Amino acid sequence: MPHSYTPGLTVTEHTTVRRRRMLSLPGSVLVATGETVRANQAVARAELPGKVYPLNLANQLGVAPDEIKEYLIKKAGDPVQKDEILAENKPLVKWFKTEIRSPITGVVESVSPITGQVLLREPPRVLELLGYVDGRIVEVIPQQGVVVETDCSLVQGIFGIGGETWGEIVIAVTSPDEVLTPRHLTADMKGKVVVGGSFISSDALARAKEVGVAGLVIGGIHDKDLRALLGYDLGVAITGTEQVGFTLILTEGFGAIPMAGKTFTLLSAHAGQPASISGATQIRAGVIRPEIIIPKHADAAGDHRAATVPQREGIRIGDQVRIIRDPLFGKIGEVASLPSDLQKIPTESDVRVMEVLFGDGSKAVIPRTNIELIEGA
Amino acid sequence: MASQEPAKTAHPLNVIVATDCGSTTTKAILIEKVGDEYRQTYRGEAPTTVEAPFEDVTRGVLNAIAEIEELSGRKILDGDTIITPCRDAKTGVDIYISTSSAGGGLQMMVTGVVQNMTGESAQRAALGAGAIVIDVLASNDGRLPHEKIERIRTMRPDMILMSGGTDGGAVTHVVEMAEYISAADPRPRFGATYKLPLVYAGNKDAQPQVQKILGEKTALVLTDNIRPVLERENLAPARNKIHDLFLEHVMQQAPGYKKLIEMAGAPIMPTPAAVGVIMETIAKREHLNLIGVDIGGATTDVFSVFEGNFNRTVSANLGMSYSISNVLAEAGLANIMRWVPFTIDEQTLRNRIKNKMVRPTTIPQTLDELQIEHAIAREALRLALIHHKSLATALKGVQQERTISDVFEQQQSGKTLIDMLKLDLIVGSGGILSHAPRRVQSMLMMVDAYEPLGVTRLSVDSIFMMPHLGVLSTINEKAATDVFVRDCMVYLGTCVAPIGQGKDGERCADYTITFPDGRVDKGQLSFGDLRLVPLASDQKASITVQPAKQVNLGAGTGVAVTREVQGGVVGLLLDGRGRPLQLPTDHTARVASLAKWYSAVGLYPTAS
Repeated sequence: MPHSYTPGLTVTEHTTVRRRRMLSLPGSVLVATGETVRANQAVARAELPGKVYPLNLANQLGVAPDEIKEYLIKKAGDPVQKDEILAENKPLVKWFKTEIRSPITGVVESVSPITGQVLLREPPRVLELLGYVDGRIVEVIPQQGVVVETDCSLVQGIFGIGGETWGEIVIAVTSPDEVLTPRHLTADMKGKVVVGGSFISSDALARAKEVGVAGLVIGGIHDKDLRALLGYDLGVAITGTEQVGFTLILTEGFGAIPMAGKTFTLLSAHAGQPASISGATQIRAGVIRPEIIIPKHADAAGDHRAATVPQREGIRIGDQVRIIRDPLFGKIGEVASLPSDLQKIPTESDVRVMEVLFGDGSKAVIPRTNIELIEGA
Repeated sequence: MASQEPAKTAHPLNVIVATDCGSTTTKAILIEKVGDEYRQTYRGEAPTTVEAPFEDVTRGVLNAIAEIEELSGRKILDGDTIITPCRDAKTGVDIYISTSSAGGGLQMMVTGVVQNMTGESAQRAALGAGAIVIDVLASNDGRLPHEKIERIRTMRPDMILMSGGTDGGAVTHVVEMAEYISAADPRPRFGATYKLPLVYAGNKDAQPQVQKILGEKTALVLTDNIRPVLERENLAPARNKIHDLFLEHVMQQAPGYKKLIEMAGAPIMPTPAAVGVIMETIAKREHLNLIGVDIGGATTDVFSVFEGNFNRTVSANLGMSYSISNVLAEAGLANIMRWVPFTIDEQTLRNRIKNKMVRPTTIPQTLDELQIEHAIAREALRLALIHHKSLATALKGVQQERTISDVFEQQQSGKTLIDMLKLDLIVGSGGILSHAPRRVQSMLMMVDAYEPLGVTRLSVDSIFMMPHLGVLSTINEKAATDVFVRDCMVYLGTCVAPIGQGKDGERCADYTITFPDGRVDKGQLSFGDLRLVPLASDQKASITVQPAKQVNLGAGTGVAVTREVQGGVVGLLLDGRGRPLQLPTDHTARVASLAKWYSAVGLYPTAS
């Protein structure tokens, strides 16, 4: 029987994560297996071929494409400086002389006698790939990248924007249902990962940018504020490259939703410690969720061993779940029963359901697809 | 030439198992010969396993087939292999076939010389082959050369289709594009080490130069020009090459596909290509003009066959879960809200849509949530059809002969082929249409989105098996047709929609319906009326409509029309709301109209 439930987001004190760090094109790996690396350390490097600038010399000189070789000063493979003469004609009257100068510094890549085009290429740009998390190298993929492993605490968010960054965790609110306002955001939070409660308003987002926080971790946000922050309406949840000044991670969703108690407690317990965060989200096959990784440093006190998270077989009575669809969106409770027969819900669809018991003793019947397991040891 | 040589089996095909490996779910169906006809008997599904930790698509296939085994009692699997052919009445299947859109489907970039000529032809060829076109580059697309090169570099297509120029014409522009591609040195999405497949289907005179420029850098395949002369498109050779390269290169890079290809008894087809095959088959068999739509979580595919011309488009970011937020962005809030029969504030609605985007597997639990999803679906369907109409056109740039009588009525070349008045059948597919709690909901969603004109029949795919039947039709057309007619298509009924507008309550048309039992129903359809007349799937009735003076039912304004109409699980829908459909602009009046229409056809349960 298939287990119909949505795998939840992981919130766990002890785990081991491996992050594959791959160059987008072949290059060289700078570290070796077994080596310890820091989040901001380069682990691999590649040279991105420079931009290409085509110039149609035949048109500019007013000659046939197969004649341009006669006018060229530079040949394929030659280096050129910006404004250096690439080609010129030799008219009888000097006034009619045309000189074609290079718009860039680089090399002449090719000359085409068919189109009369010369392709110039800028010098390559060096791309450095950073470690992202403090950890150790467990695998080197020659010319392509490495796998970094770290023992850590891990919190996955539901949605984020912005790329990888790191900073010290600061808890800005006193409870998971408190709203993060501009007054919570102080100048000393510059470069830090600030944890808020249920919601952040647009003025607090502006204040966060002004302060220069590295990241924000919040229960929820209004869609209209996200739109204002990005400058466009986000159509598909594929993110990670936005540049809004900080990385934003939502732990619950859109709207004002208190951060799950477990998440808030875990992050609070690590206040003052460095964390690596990424807002990259991809909600398609091969789901990527935003994450907060808090590495366990060798000098930190406590249990360093990563707990092995058992493979889940499905959902069980007593499991903690979060409701992820209206009308009870955001509420947290525990599974009270799992009836196996299909049940008709108010839309008239026949679906598999579960009964959820809430803290106040009330119960509700919810479609199984509309709950999320709160996972993690 | 895999795509041109469908599998031939030595033994008779009595039991067939087919899968469609979707981006999230792998769906398996079992087809068995019962007496003289083929029927779909069992289905199973399992999560697709292209991604980590499994990274082997066959895992999901075996799981989905295992579910069929459990339900049917037939032993199909022997460990990790499918037992073929049948050993006895309860063991094995005669063939296993599959389609696939896992891993994001086939993503292509196409190039042409003139954007709305060879650029569009190339786009049609790629779309017809089942691809998602991520960009169309053309010499005249307005981008500067270095911008084009940068674009080619940043895209990571699975394949490139190059076109441009008519045979014997100038070679310069197409060679220039080859130089740009060479300079950009594009890299495929999967597999860092293999060469990017590139199909060249442009001016044949440029083949030697293209070979010289791109032969080393790409896995180049040369084929016939898709536009040998301006007046003619020749898409089939390029489409076939795309299918071959899809199997030989692209799929080989996806995890587990080598194994899948070995398991299958016929070439694996891209899912939309298979759906296209079945749509084309129905249209040809029944001599119909049809529009088919498959609205999924991420994309909406539209297929059409008009006067034998097949077209397909994919709206890559119009869908009901992953892309739901993009429907809002493209349609605008007001267009979605116009279908919602109650008041809801913008912030709540926006947050709800985003929450569905980040948790795409959730389902509406309350009636108002269902109504919001149906409102969004109407807009996704509408936008996807607009997109389709813009590409399903006659060839542009073709010289037209004009006589003196055409002087005052100059028609542009490249008119859309979609003529809603000539449309016979709309086929809907995809979760929101196939699984709507009431079939009338699917029917009205399609009627509201497409605004069919005159007399149009509507149907839905019962459990989304068109891809399976598409690939099946390439090896056994009878089996595919049997299952399609008996198990796949659910006829909803027929919509009769006069063209014209009037004030609510004014006479739109008079009608007389003669039922098969001889009963006659006469009535008047007023503007603003929506009426549902029960007519069972196996019944046909005759309807005579006498439109009002300014109203047209296809034969001219005020001209009576008599047609035979087919029933369905919903029935005969008389739509007097006018065409083009205009909803009241005032919020209260609009909500009242929606409530009236929805109640007239029993669209939703009434609040108890």
